[in-house]
Amino acid sequence: MKLTGAKILIESLIKEKVDVMFGYPGGVVLPIFDVLYDAKIRFILTRHEQAAAHAADGYARATGRVGVCIATSGPGATNLVTGIATAYMDSVPIVAITGQVKTHLIGSDAFQEADITGITRPITKHNYLVKDVKDLARTIKEAFHIARTGRPGPVVIDLPVDVTLQEAEFEYPESIDIRTYKPTCEAHLGQIKKAAKAIKASKKPIIYAGGGIIISGAAEELTEFAHKTNIPVTTTLLGLGAFPQTDPLSLDMLGMHGTVYANHAVMDSDLIIAIGARFDDRVTGRLDNFAPFAKIIHIDIDPSSVSKNVKVDIPIVADAKDALKRLIRIVQRPEISDWLKQIEDWKEKYPLKYKDDGDKIKPQYVVEQIYEATGGEAIICTEVGQNQMWAAQYFTYTKPRTYISSGGLGTMGYGFPAAIGAQIGCPEKKVFDIAGDGSIQMNIQELATAVANKLPVKIAILNNYYLGMVRQWQELFYKRRYSYTFLKEGCPDFVKVAQAYGATGINVTKKDGVRKAIDEALKAEGPVFLNFKVHEEENVFPMVPAGEAINRMIGGMA
Amino acid sequence: MKHIILALVENRPGVLARMAGLFSARGFNIDSLTVGETEDPTISRMTIVVRGDDRTLEQVKKQLNKLIDTISVKDFVKKEFIDRELMLFKVNVDDKTKDKVKNIIEKSKDKIVKISKDYIIVEAVGDENHIKTLLSNLEKYGITHVTRTGRIAMAVE
Repeated sequence: MKLTGAKILIESLIKEKVDVMFGYPGGVVLPIFDVLYDAKIRFILTRHEQAAAHAADGYARATGRVGVCIATSGPGATNLVTGIATAYMDSVPIVAITGQVKTHLIGSDAFQEADITGITRPITKHNYLVKDVKDLARTIKEAFHIARTGRPGPVVIDLPVDVTLQEAEFEYPESIDIRTYKPTCEAHLGQIKKAAKAIKASKKPIIYAGGGIIISGAAEELTEFAHKTNIPVTTTLLGLGAFPQTDPLSLDMLGMHGTVYANHAVMDSDLIIAIGARFDDRVTGRLDNFAPFAKIIHIDIDPSSVSKNVKVDIPIVADAKDALKRLIRIVQRPEISDWLKQIEDWKEKYPLKYKDDGDKIKPQYVVEQIYEATGGEAIICTEVGQNQMWAAQYFTYTKPRTYISSGGLGTMGYGFPAAIGAQIGCPEKKVFDIAGDGSIQMNIQELATAVANKLPVKIAILNNYYLGMVRQWQELFYKRRYSYTFLKEGCPDFVKVAQAYGATGINVTKKDGVRKAIDEALKAEGPVFLNFKVHEEENVFPMVPAGEAINRMIGGMA
Repeated sequence: MKHIILALVENRPGVLARMAGLFSARGFNIDSLTVGETEDPTISRMTIVVRGDDRTLEQVKKQLNKLIDTISVKDFVKKEFIDRELMLFKVNVDDKTKDKVKNIIEKSKDKIVKISKDYIIVEAVGDENHIKTLLSNLEKYGITHVTRTGRIAMAVE
């Protein structure tokens, strides 16, 4: 049967088991939206294309499925760019569909024309401009395959409007074989043996686990591996939830705002077992002084991550789950009781902590109370900055896909739309966005999306009237010259903003009101803005100054 | 240090842009990049001359491999290979120097494409050393309009 390109697109998405799309209409995507009008796909109309990309990303991170977003040509497509770059940096599988002007107008500076395949080339895993309707179904099949396999990432499909109007026979390929794309998933047995030998011989080993564990679905294997070897585990920001923080072997997060005990353990270790992590500069600090005594085993599915920043001794290019399974089979427990004792000492001596301040609300306390109120059963999305770090430090993560945050790109305005995507993907879960008063204003229009779709997302604004993290750097490194970080002037009444959209808004100004407000928000059916007036100059500690070794931390050592 | 990398890629629009974009985005310095169809018209071969240490070479290879359109990537480290480059240029001459210049070109077995009153157009083909020697021998006469294809290379096996 012959179908139009627009119909082929939607039928193909259904074949890929897409049940929800996020997006915004426009001129050249009219034929697609006409098909969407009565298609068997739920469509979530965001109020900004950037939010559509972030929502697709949040959906993908919360569910492990491919997120799909769509926007029109030109400005619609360029508005997706920040969301695509965010997904790229954090290896999130999304397929972004963009409209394009008619094929014969491409390159003529037509109305709403932008070279989106050119623009997104460095921030996508791959992208396509489909010029012939006969190529459309296969392209979609390829796009989903590339987005979700290997090291996942965003794929853009640019669709000229005439292609969506032309007709072709619709036949969706059952399988796909791309001769140039065969990600290595199975671990090399020789390398696994070498790793097992190094582990057995180590005296001060540590597991450094990243988001790759979560992507690969290897959290159970990681726990089994840690328990079998008795080796302590620290995770990256995106690795939160990969290993239960309630486990005695957990050292919590490492890096710039990691725990003192995790950073000390890494710096003193003689063997680092890195799994699905990429030695980001926020983790390693000063590179030439990073873990000077350690041999490094690196398990990663992306060969270009291996020995990129840190020289690796035993590289294992493989899917984390596969590599861990093989390693568990042969690995033996090393003799490390002295090391574990040393780590216990550090844990006791330098716990994560903050000072209470009477009636005033400390932002860390808010995060702790969200944990208490939900019993830890929640998906925590974050914006970027202090809110993101406190959410990482003071909530106890025990399950994968429960901490959703823009780690690599550090995108302000990410959390709220990501929470919308996560809530749509996981309707039965409690979803929070832990936000700052700065970042929430970067996609605040999404209140409309949350209200229209009756989404019970809770937005906890840690309102300090500052661009907190930048202010913190100005305090510590720029002689308290708070250059353009004070946001009080013009700060809206968030409760009234919420109410104007038809959502609930709650002001909280005193510590004893925090828990009550969270409980009230949890009871509400729709979206709630919780405006916590927190301590204005609270800092995120501990902190490794940029460019320092990670055991040279400010705060948390006293 | 210079390294030669051979990449087999899909012969498709946009592939060259992906490669070129990757070099600038990752901050790799390249001397030359040549591309052309192979015996299989769906495949192009690229020869890339890149500057950097061994670690840079490793990263370049890995990043190239990561592109979906890349079929394979090879280098010539510890391998015997031949390389060639084609170059066209003009050498300034006058009545006094014309014969000397002609002599140098003939000696190096390169080709004179055209001789006019005040310049000679030269077509030179050879490996890096050959090209370098010829240029340095002719430099003092004044060389202009240098046009080079960039190096291509092949393993000798």
